[in-house]
Amino acid sequence: MFDGVSTQLLFGQVLIGLINGSFYAMLSMGLAIIFGLMSVVNFAHGAQYMLGAFVAWALLNYLGIPYWGALFIAPVVVGAFGLFMERTILRPIQNLDHLYSLLATFAAVLIIEGLVRQQYGSTGLPYNSPLPGGVNLGFMFMPWYRLWVVLFSIVICFGTYILIEHTKLGAYLRAANEKPEIVESFGINVPRMISLTYAFGVGLAGLGGVLAAPIYQVSPSMGSNLMIVIFAVVVIGGMGSILGAILTGYLIGVVEGLTKVFYPEGANLVIFVIMIFALILRPNGLFSGKEGLK
Amino acid sequence: MSRYLWLAVIAVALIAAPFFVYPVLLMSILCFVIFASSFNLLLGYAGLLCFGQAMFFGTAAYVAGFMLKTYGVSLEIALLSGIVVSAAMGYVVGIISVRRSGIQFAMITLAISQFVYFLLLQADFTGGEDGMQRIPRSALFGLFDVSDHLHFYYVALTVTVLAVAFFYRVVHSPFGEILRAIRDNEPRVESLGFRPERYKIMAMTLSAGLAGLAGALKAMVFQFATLTDVSWPISAEVILMTLLGGLGTLTGPMLGAGIVILMNDELAQFGEWALITQGAILLLVIIFFRRGVVGETSALLRKLRTRRDRS
Repeated sequence: MFDGVSTQLLFGQVLIGLINGSFYAMLSMGLAIIFGLMSVVNFAHGAQYMLGAFVAWALLNYLGIPYWGALFIAPVVVGAFGLFMERTILRPIQNLDHLYSLLATFAAVLIIEGLVRQQYGSTGLPYNSPLPGGVNLGFMFMPWYRLWVVLFSIVICFGTYILIEHTKLGAYLRAANEKPEIVESFGINVPRMISLTYAFGVGLAGLGGVLAAPIYQVSPSMGSNLMIVIFAVVVIGGMGSILGAILTGYLIGVVEGLTKVFYPEGANLVIFVIMIFALILRPNGLFSGKEGLK
Repeated sequence: MSRYLWLAVIAVALIAAPFFVYPVLLMSILCFVIFASSFNLLLGYAGLLCFGQAMFFGTAAYVAGFMLKTYGVSLEIALLSGIVVSAAMGYVVGIISVRRSGIQFAMITLAISQFVYFLLLQADFTGGEDGMQRIPRSALFGLFDVSDHLHFYYVALTVTVLAVAFFYRVVHSPFGEILRAIRDNEPRVESLGFRPERYKIMAMTLSAGLAGLAGALKAMVFQFATLTDVSWPISAEVILMTLLGGLGTLTGPMLGAGIVILMNDELAQFGEWALITQGAILLLVIIFFRRGVVGETSALLRKLRTRRDRS
């Protein structure tokens, strides 16, 4: 079909791209939610994703709780940790320039990653796939677990999107960012809602970590390299647009996979090249219909 | 009067320092004094958080190393090449990243610096993962041999003093005033008929040039350039130095550079704890002491003085 490129390689890389894209979409969506509702760029998102993977690993190895249990427990644990971070480091600086919250969550990354590395070393820990085997589709082999990750991430992403953009709860959340005094006068506890929103976004990162554990190695640095890519994805999609973050996430994953087939040397670079072109051609972001949030 | 006395004391201390402290440690502080000033110019005066300052630092280190190693040019030419390349890079990065303001500027510069990191990883002349080793320290102006550490210290000191003087001139010029005005109230500056974007791009160019000078000097001090110089932990370190010392103060980031380098030197044997300590200090500074060491000290002195005047 393409000169010199086997369909096996092509579909294989598209699948890997979709898998990576699932993580890009989930993480950039969490980042967009937190940013949209509290104007905080959560630099610790990658570290919290890494914590999700480590909690899943710890649950299995210390308590014998398997993957399917970790899928529920780890996001709650990581979300609770997010609640703690919001109270201790974000709330004291919530009225300052938002650059400070970016820097504070960045400082948290140095501490979290350092502590995990101190405890578990920098080499990755293995985590066995809970769904071994796969199905032969004729043109390629599809491992069950990867299929599960793609489908589950799509459900989570669009479920969250509907929750925030099309329900009453989501409307409260968005209103609380725009006009907190008015929402408060309706008898809603805005600070608590902001805490819970942050915890929810962080929990999503933790969930991403659990999903990632059987695919990538569970390692302390798994989040920080991903984080920079996620930033690029959010910049391309338009800051604060949840749907933009989701769609850009999957799209960038697939484009990256295709680049690996046709121009392997450029695979690391392609995301950043797209970001630079997007900034030049669509300064407000691909998916920002309205005035993009600043 | 007392001000000149202080300057004289500092000058004597700087000249005598290499006889008491290992010159390479001192020179590495000097490099980071310049580097931290370059970051301070952006964040402290223009309000731009460049999260990828290491891209200018590291690229200039490679460029200077390449010029010295491959063409055997004299030191000042290598320094200049580093400055020119990084300033040009700063100009281009500025054009791309000032399209988004505030917090997105930080994210974009971080992403671009990662892009530069991968480019340098794949480029042939950088030596990839191994980095560029054994960079020669050729003669200054092609005449003076400065290959031993003690002599080179005075070259580095002179370069640093010139760089700091340049920084001082920039932030105290009308241009510096406009930068501060943009930081405090950008729409106002725009309504006065200035174009903030132009000034921001100019600030990026100058800052990148200074960061490049620091990187080129660093390549000469350690005689190697590696991917670490371009990586985000270096960008993080310069952020810590600037905030710890005192954002937007002249001397703060320099002091911060000294503290962080000495601290890294002490903590190097404790592995991960160096990074954890950096994170903890950064967090404490952000939550409790946002004016940094110099800023908090001068605020305290001012308070004491007004109390004394009152009584």
